[in-house]
Amino acid sequence: MVLSIDQTDDKKKSKAAPTVLKEPKAVRITLTTISIAFLFIFLVMPLAVIFISALRKGFDVYVTSITEADAWSAIKLTLLVAVIAVPLNTLFGILAAWCITKFKFKGRNLLITLIDLPFAVSPVIAGLVFILVFGAQGLFGEWFLIHNFPIVFALPGILLASLFVTVPFVARELIPLMQSQGTQEEEASVSLGANGFQTFWHVTLPNIKWGLLYGIILCNARVMGEFGAVSVVSGHVRGLTNTMPLHIEVLYNEYQFTAAFAVASLMSLLAILTIIIKNIIEWKTSHH
Amino acid sequence: MSITIQHVKKQFGDFKAVDDVSIDIESGELIALLGPSGSGKTSLLRIIAGLEQLDEGAILFDGENITEIHAKERNIGFVFQHYALFRHMTVFDNVAYGLKVRPRKTRPSKKEIKEKVTKLLSLVKLEHFGDRYPSQLSGGQRQRVALARALAVEPKVLLLDEPFGALDAKVRKDLRRWLRKMHNEFHVTSIFVTHDQEEALDVADRIVVMNKGRIEQVGPPEEVYDHPNSPFVYDFLGNVNLFKGRMQNGQLINGNYTVTVPEATATSEAEAIGYVRPHDLHIERQKSMEDAVSATIIYVHAIGPIVQIELHRDDIDEYLEAELSKEQFKQLQLKRGESVFIRPRQLKVFIPEDFSI
Repeated sequence: MVLSIDQTDDKKKSKAAPTVLKEPKAVRITLTTISIAFLFIFLVMPLAVIFISALRKGFDVYVTSITEADAWSAIKLTLLVAVIAVPLNTLFGILAAWCITKFKFKGRNLLITLIDLPFAVSPVIAGLVFILVFGAQGLFGEWFLIHNFPIVFALPGILLASLFVTVPFVARELIPLMQSQGTQEEEASVSLGANGFQTFWHVTLPNIKWGLLYGIILCNARVMGEFGAVSVVSGHVRGLTNTMPLHIEVLYNEYQFTAAFAVASLMSLLAILTIIIKNIIEWKTSHH
Repeated sequence: MSITIQHVKKQFGDFKAVDDVSIDIESGELIALLGPSGSGKTSLLRIIAGLEQLDEGAILFDGENITEIHAKERNIGFVFQHYALFRHMTVFDNVAYGLKVRPRKTRPSKKEIKEKVTKLLSLVKLEHFGDRYPSQLSGGQRQRVALARALAVEPKVLLLDEPFGALDAKVRKDLRRWLRKMHNEFHVTSIFVTHDQEEALDVADRIVVMNKGRIEQVGPPEEVYDHPNSPFVYDFLGNVNLFKGRMQNGQLINGNYTVTVPEATATSEAEAIGYVRPHDLHIERQKSMEDAVSATIIYVHAIGPIVQIELHRDDIDEYLEAELSKEQFKQLQLKRGESVFIRPRQLKVFIPEDFSI
């Protein structure tokens, strides 16, 4: 992500830099070298290490590492959580942004603050909260236990934790965007006889689609990569409640470095793909 | 469609935006809501459109109470100050929108929509711009698209919120004429909000002057301009000279100038202000009338058919503005620094109500 921000900044500067701000050549070269060196040490090198370590024992070992039963179940679980959590938080994000920006009501600021809360709270604490509420000794734990519907140390708990951590992403992306766009186009649509859904579908959604996609991608990246909160509620049951990040940790702790790096490389590929899509969207938005 | 506004009130927090407003608007009228910013004119317009809820009162369309009816059912056309065009739709799709979102039963066929939009676009002289996006148009063109879009749904009422406010002077004047022409053709009851008195006087059949959420005066442009019924209207519609003074025995005394005020009671002794339009200020070189007072010309602005002259009173420290025709100006041959005599031809005195008894 750091990489992409730097690039766009550079572009803007070179386009608009007035002559007063032109630094001497030596300064420019030094600064550029420092940033490239920094990026190399902290981003490119670790990434390279992941892939080199993953492939150290050959491609066959790599393939077995990621197709082995436990790894495969971790991948499936991660994807399942993402498939459920991302749409839910997208829906919530749109609804929250809609009521915050299109209506004026008491408690609007409180809602904005609440949406931000997961950013402020440490993920570990978020996980603990769910243990305290739904765990065996928790508030509602017994009820769920009796009805044979485990929350903690099972998929529902992992889902809840992932949902909690990623609540702000879509809403935070949409609120400033929708605020800057105002409500006039929606009012125009209503005055022309459109109902609420038509107005949303034909007017609001097309105006926010790139921002929305951007939010969804960030939300997805976080859901797949979330470690802290999920780690607390999952219980690390191999082949059952381990997501990819948890699986990597387990493998690492068992000194199975190649396998750990193989799964890590898979996640890194996902991350790189995410950044590429994000940059395409950024490019699209700036050209619209 | 006729519109009746009955005792409408609207409050935002402690601020009374619209305070007990009632107006009857006849079918086919072109009405201007005129007032300074914060006078409640836009709030009133939005209440009529249904974009804003009223606190008290009622709105009737053709005698039918539509206060509780949702904006989308009111069959109005609303033109926003900043156009509010759908930015991701082409001009064609913008104009077609109101027809496309109709329920299937009443929705025209694709062909009919196309014909109608093409007709409207040629009406607003944008027939070759159908494929463009709003961002590719100038302000005046955008406003015309907004008008075409509002007219596409064949509204019974056309509401325009400062329609020409964001345009430059020349375009504004053209569009003003064009709106008048359109209104004559379509005869749809129209209400437009403006803070520009010239625009209101130029276009409207009747003007509603608003101030602080209340109506100050309602009437045809000539009436409102020539016979303002309050100091506010006098001040707001056109330039005005103030003769501030004291009432004594039915006369207003202002420096060396005295004038009899017929409507004042003999006993009233109060501060009062006489209002004189610049073109009602007579200028002469020789004192021919008793009540003329002397003044010095400090500035002459002689561009165009009307010559504006700024004067400073000799008896009191007040400035006056007079307007002469070019011929009068040539006859008098006035120059800066010269001493002349001035006399109001027509002066309207408003005695503040609190002091009148």
